[in-house]
Amino acid sequence: MFRVISNEEIAPQLNRMVIEVPRVARARKPGQFVMVRCSAGRERIPLTIADDDPKAGTITLIIQAVGTSTKEIVAVPAGGYLTDVAGPLGLPTEIERLGRIACVGGGAGTAVLFPLAKALAQAGNEVTTIIGGRSEQYVILLKELGAFSKQVFVTTEDGSSGEKGFVTLPLQRLLADPNQRPAAVYAVGPVPMMKAVSNLTRTFGVHTIVSLNPIMVDGTGMCGGCRVTVAGKIKFACVDGPEFDGHQVDFDELSARQTTYLELDDHGCRLDPQLAAMQKD
Amino acid sequence: MTALTPKERLAIDRVKMPEQDAKQRACNFTEVNLGLTQERAMEEAQRCIACKNKPCVDGCPVAVRIPEFITAVAAGNFEEAARILRVDNALPATTGRVCPQEVQCEGVCVRGKKGHPVAIGWLERFVADWAAEHMPKEHPPTTTTGFRVAVVGSGPGGLTTAGELARLGHKVHIFEALHDTGGVLRYGIPEFRLPKAVVDREVENLRTLGVVIECNVIVGRTLTVDELAVAFDAVFIANGAGLPMFLDVPGENFKGVYSANEYLTRVNLMGAGQDLKGGTPIARGETVVVFGGGNVAMDGVRTAKRLGAAHAICAYRRTRAEMPARSEEIAHAEEEGIEFHYLLAPLEILADAKGWVRAVRVQKMQLGEPDASGRRRPMPIAGSEFEMPCQIVVVALGTTANPLLTNATPALKLNKWQNIVVDAKQATAMAGVFAGGDIVRGGATVILAMGDGKVAAFGIDEYLKNKIPKHQA
Ligand SMILES: Cc1cc2nc3c(=O)[nH]c(=O)nc-3n(C[C@H](O)[C@H](O)[C@H](O)COP(=O)(O)OP(=O)(O)OC[C@H]3O[C@@H](n4cnc5c(N)ncnc54)[C@H](O)[C@@H]3O)c2cc1C
Ligand code: FES
Repeated sequence: MFRVISNEEIAPQLNRMVIEVPRVARARKPGQFVMVRCSAGRERIPLTIADDDPKAGTITLIIQAVGTSTKEIVAVPAGGYLTDVAGPLGLPTEIERLGRIACVGGGAGTAVLFPLAKALAQAGNEVTTIIGGRSEQYVILLKELGAFSKQVFVTTEDGSSGEKGFVTLPLQRLLADPNQRPAAVYAVGPVPMMKAVSNLTRTFGVHTIVSLNPIMVDGTGMCGGCRVTVAGKIKFACVDGPEFDGHQVDFDELSARQTTYLELDDHGCRLDPQLAAMQKD
Repeated sequence: MTALTPKERLAIDRVKMPEQDAKQRACNFTEVNLGLTQERAMEEAQRCIACKNKPCVDGCPVAVRIPEFITAVAAGNFEEAARILRVDNALPATTGRVCPQEVQCEGVCVRGKKGHPVAIGWLERFVADWAAEHMPKEHPPTTTTGFRVAVVGSGPGGLTTAGELARLGHKVHIFEALHDTGGVLRYGIPEFRLPKAVVDREVENLRTLGVVIECNVIVGRTLTVDELAVAFDAVFIANGAGLPMFLDVPGENFKGVYSANEYLTRVNLMGAGQDLKGGTPIARGETVVVFGGGNVAMDGVRTAKRLGAAHAICAYRRTRAEMPARSEEIAHAEEEGIEFHYLLAPLEILADAKGWVRAVRVQKMQLGEPDASGRRRPMPIAGSEFEMPCQIVVVALGTTANPLLTNATPALKLNKWQNIVVDAKQATAMAGVFAGGDIVRGGATVILAMGDGKVAAFGIDEYLKNKIPKHQA
């Protein structure tokens, strides 16, 4: 049982939770995640560790409450408990000093981006941050990222904050400007956004790292449910990733696999009208 | 009771295991075999002619004193039988159910030369279940050594070592990566073959012996082996096999393709298929094709049937004779209506417009010359390709070593398959660190993992003999 120290809603359906897990707080490096099971009989889901406080023995999780499991987790109040928290899992981000770096976060992906950007800045890189969201209230961690970024750009789809449009707009400008072009780009967010960023940086030949979020079961390499195709080969995101070279990832396959359980009814049968008709006769 | 003459013994037919009706059990997860009654067990035990050479003992990977325990059963002295078993085998209720007896003890039983071997596995199971019901719980030893041993993994290897070390008076702390105990016994082998109550019983017994079990600790990540080696007087690593292999054919990542590990873990560990509201889901289909011919494939295909597949198909590259699965499982599967397609290899998995599996393209095979494993090599028959419509594909091809722990522990010596190298006492290249089970052998068996665990426990005990405990209690 792992105690919830605090739990606050920082944006609509987005909670910041501080959990007491001393060993994970001590061992954790940027880029790693924990597997969380809210209570007995529930799913195990991966959640990126956004921050840690080894002295207090705590880690911070930023959770977008969109599915049954995440909703149950954010419903646990401060002082309550999560049944299982295991980690840190995944390979840590390779933090190198490369010079200029662009960190691009979309929606709740910004929470995953935060620890990477922070570590990259601490390693002496000049970090430019681009945060995108559907509208103003989905633009998160602006202040926190601003604390160590050289500059921060904000984009929203409805123009309610920053530039109207997608994160690729400011990124395109950076890439096109030889005086601002980053040595590497880190992108974390919805799959279509990571795909768009990778396609864009490919044309400029700028190395791009993305953090993938496939469905996981154990998080330790045992099931292969988290497999993704990178450079034509099967990789297990939980042990070989979650970060990969964005120019080598098969994003369409990842998108498709992520929808697996959204397309099933309560019995696990496909919600496919054609198939249902076939099964009737 | 007067002893039977050899002739009278030979006249007894092998007992039949009472089973759940095949049609009924294909729709539920409760255990197939119902167990022998005392009378049937005693009668079966009398079939043992107590031959001089005891080939069964040599056939057993851990040399259980089989004739001795069977003689005790024949005499109705179940307590004595249980004591003999307990000394030789830490998990008899488990191995009695899952050991491949037909290639071990029963495979060499003299009675099998003409007719059927003595049902050693069923008798083992009988005695273990009887003991669990009738014998008092073990007590923790009265004297303790002050030594503390860390055990990594709570599969059969880890459980066995922990038990033996606790009985020797050492304080044992098991670290388990998952949220529950038992390793493959819990997440891999289904309830209908090994009830989880049996696993719970073994784990409970360890707790009464004073063993501490901590879940959610991934050694190599949460804590390192190096840290354990400093904090504890000795370490035993039994973190199991690991990464599932895939078919290496196009289409493997379409929706509806599972590794057997994932398929079974979802159902056995996570409870998928029972209560889907908010729990772990699993995709079902009319037709499920499982590739492979081992125990894992049998467990996968029989699980698919129980999840409601109208056609649960096992597709295997060779023939029934080469299948590595326990013969009892194959027979049970056949009775349950599992469809076996032999001499068939996958070429490609095909999907519909939404990326869901719709069929698998397969090719017929014929058996050629024996390969390195001694089994005849399957050769593709040109022009024999065809499509098998299906909605779910399960891949049961085995596993490769999980590098999570070993990568974080450079001082361990590994072989070319990335398995940990150990000596005859299961000691690794790191002082005070021992290892056993699948991480040492590659995918092996419960009994071998258990055997390793026992050897390691004595190796550790010996290693600790001339040491001083790091922490004085
Ligand atoms: C579906 C299936 C069916 C099988 N059927 C049979 C059968 O009928 N008969 C038979 O004899 N054998 C069978 N086997 C094989 C048998 O189960 C294994 O050989 C045996 O379980 C190996 O035991 P082990 O203790 O080495 O490892 P495991 O049982 O694999 O246990 C390892 C444990 O360590 C944990 N672990 C892993 N990494 C770490 C880490 N870094 N830190 C902490 N803990 C960790 C795992 O979560 C697991 O609980 C089957 C296997 C499968 C998958
Ligand atoms: S989640 Fe199971 S292998 Fe990655």
